[in-house]
Amino acid sequence: MAALTKSGSVIPKYLPVYFVLLAIAGLEVFLAYQNFATGSLLAILLGLAVCGGALAVMYFMHLARERRTLFLTLIPALIFVLLMLNMIWTDSFRLLHLRPFAH
Amino acid sequence: MWLFIISDAVTFGALLFGYGYLRTASPDWPTPFKFNPSILNVMIMTFVLVTSSLTMLGAVDAAKAGDKPKAGRFMWSTILLGVIFAGLHIREWFGLIDEGVRLFQNPWGSPLFGATFFSITGLHLLHVVSGVVAIAVIARGFARGKLTAGHVETTGLYWHFVDVVWMFVVPLVYLLNVSR
Repeated sequence: MAALTKSGSVIPKYLPVYFVLLAIAGLEVFLAYQNFATGSLLAILLGLAVCGGALAVMYFMHLARERRTLFLTLIPALIFVLLMLNMIWTDSFRLLHLRPFAH
Repeated sequence: MWLFIISDAVTFGALLFGYGYLRTASPDWPTPFKFNPSILNVMIMTFVLVTSSLTMLGAVDAAKAGDKPKAGRFMWSTILLGVIFAGLHIREWFGLIDEGVRLFQNPWGSPLFGATFFSITGLHLLHVVSGVVAIAVIARGFARGKLTAGHVETTGLYWHFVDVVWMFVVPLVYLLNVSR
């Protein structure tokens, strides 16, 4: 079992991250009602989501305090796979014509 | 747990990539989410889920300190927030179903809207429900001394991951489709 430590101080420590995450969520809602083109809005919202996700992973999930090798093993591999998913996007052009119930 | 989380992140990534492409490429994609009730509901759900991450952090901290009652209180608070989140989510689903949204049919436009919406939010909801069950099992086991703080921490990792996924689901699935 992990070494016993004094508890009770962890929530105030993470409150700034908590409030930033809520602020990002609020900002996303605000931006959703502005007149952006769909592609631009997608890029902006995705960028904010990445920021929020990174904060949660680094601080709530403590990846920032894990061994550096864990970070270097997981995150580049994840980014690589997600970028490779990008490669199938062009293939999904077919869905516009072959999608179920297409008119 | 990290390997599971990364593989699950890729699963959600694939779903969201596919959805993102269909959304931006379909000119008749429905935008049914009115501020009230849908977006308001989603904002409350986000608040509830992010708050549950905070209570889970408290549970892990208390568990590591060997404070079983406090860890239990934090874990049951997390469970309660997870149940509230799931309830709000199911309410959202029933609202859309009442409006005529089905897997391959809706009154507004591209029939793929229902398939993407229900598959992405459904998979996330499945993760939330699984997380609630897992935390309940861990809370019980930890209180009885059968499980350790390590188990609480590992479950906490999973719960935070569910929170992270929601941060991507909200802007892509809901906020890109707000009704103006």
